[in-house]
Amino acid sequence: MSGEVVLVDAGGTNIGSVRYALERLGVEAVMSDDPGRIRAASHVILPGVGAAGPGMARLRERGLDAVIRALTQPVLGVCLGMQLLFEHSQEGDTPCLGVVPGRVLGFPRDTGLRVPHMGWNTLDTVREDPLLAGLDAGDRHAYFVHGYAAPVGPYTLASSEYGAPFSAVVRQGNFCGMQFHPERSAAVGARLLGNFLALGSASAPSTGEVVA
Amino acid sequence: MLKRRLIPCLDVRDGKVVKGVRFRDHVVMGDIVDLALRYRDAGADELVFYDITASPEGRRVERAWVERVARGIDIPFCVAGGIRSVEDARDVLHAGADKVSVNSPALERPGLIAELAEAFGVQCVVVGVDSMRDADGEWRVRQYTGNPDKTRALTRRTLDWVGEAQRLGAGEIVLNCMGTDGVRAGYDIEQLSRVRAICEVPLVASGGAGTPDHFVEVFREAHVDAALAASVFHGGDIAIPDLKKHLGRAGVPVRYTWNTD
Repeated sequence: MSGEVVLVDAGGTNIGSVRYALERLGVEAVMSDDPGRIRAASHVILPGVGAAGPGMARLRERGLDAVIRALTQPVLGVCLGMQLLFEHSQEGDTPCLGVVPGRVLGFPRDTGLRVPHMGWNTLDTVREDPLLAGLDAGDRHAYFVHGYAAPVGPYTLASSEYGAPFSAVVRQGNFCGMQFHPERSAAVGARLLGNFLALGSASAPSTGEVVA
Repeated sequence: MLKRRLIPCLDVRDGKVVKGVRFRDHVVMGDIVDLALRYRDAGADELVFYDITASPEGRRVERAWVERVARGIDIPFCVAGGIRSVEDARDVLHAGADKVSVNSPALERPGLIAELAEAFGVQCVVVGVDSMRDADGEWRVRQYTGNPDKTRALTRRTLDWVGEAQRLGAGEIVLNCMGTDGVRAGYDIEQLSRVRAICEVPLVASGGAGTPDHFVEVFREAHVDAALAASVFHGGDIAIPDLKKHLGRAGVPVRYTWNTD
């Protein structure tokens, strides 16, 4: 392990914002699409804004889909990056990485819900995990902007609600996902990014037990 | 629960924040990043930076200040003014902005909205609409409002334009009600309610905030997702933490950044 935090460019425009958020935490992350460098990283972050189809196509054309699937160090998908961790996205009927079981669905358009879901929403803890450490204070808001979401499942650590509950934070072993933008979620986001960086490669996979 | 947002709007000219009355007579309010940080600390939910002279002067937004803001703050922000192409938008988004807002250039060439939505996703694409009621009672769109000498009245009805912008891929609409802007007599509830009825994406009210009750009114009666204001925040007349407490007491869901236990 090189100890580097590597940002993988999946075509999202938020990659700069994520890098600045890490800078504010005192971490100089590098952007790379080099498989060797990604494999050697201590932590890998997959930011993303945009559509699932182009995002997956971009990973596949560089062979990074296979590289990411095989990673054993902590991996964090942000927003679209989280959705790409699942098996499939309804957006453009796109097969995704499949490291988290489940399918990403669009918010229903016929219920009067305004889509995209845009703004600050609350995080409700579903399952305790080191990724959520320190989140019991009064402010539990995170900033969301998305039109697709994963339902709540066994991989869900925190949910949020828009029409119905959906997954806000997920974890399947070393693969973590945040549907909101931690880089734009003020102190709560900084805390959660810090928690991710504190995860070690040897950390036990999340099993569903309450560890608090 | 999704909260209603408060958005201080910082009009930018020559790298400084300015504010005018009815879009005229601008005075300098201060440095962009200083003000951005002040609002972040006060609990602003989002910031909008309008480069008000870029579009009338045919310039693009300067990337340097966008990058300075992006490094400094950890809440979302939108940049408006002078974005005429996918390349302009890419520049601003890659500098760290979360959204771009298009106004005059989208009126010149509505296809720009679709191109931006295709390139970056609808969540990045905000369409700003400057609207004024004409003598016949109809609301119509204005163009190039950053410069009073270049402002143009169009024949396009505001409601038609909001509908078209959504069809093309707008992810959010900011309705600037020019008749109430800067005079602090309250938001244009009637116009906002009419636009709300046809707007299926988030709607941001702009123009007219003077008292905390104006914010209560616009959220409760016009059901907007966010309220944008400038002078009442810049001048210190309304402090955002006090405003949020006022809204909370009135039953409007807002994000508290302090411990409420």
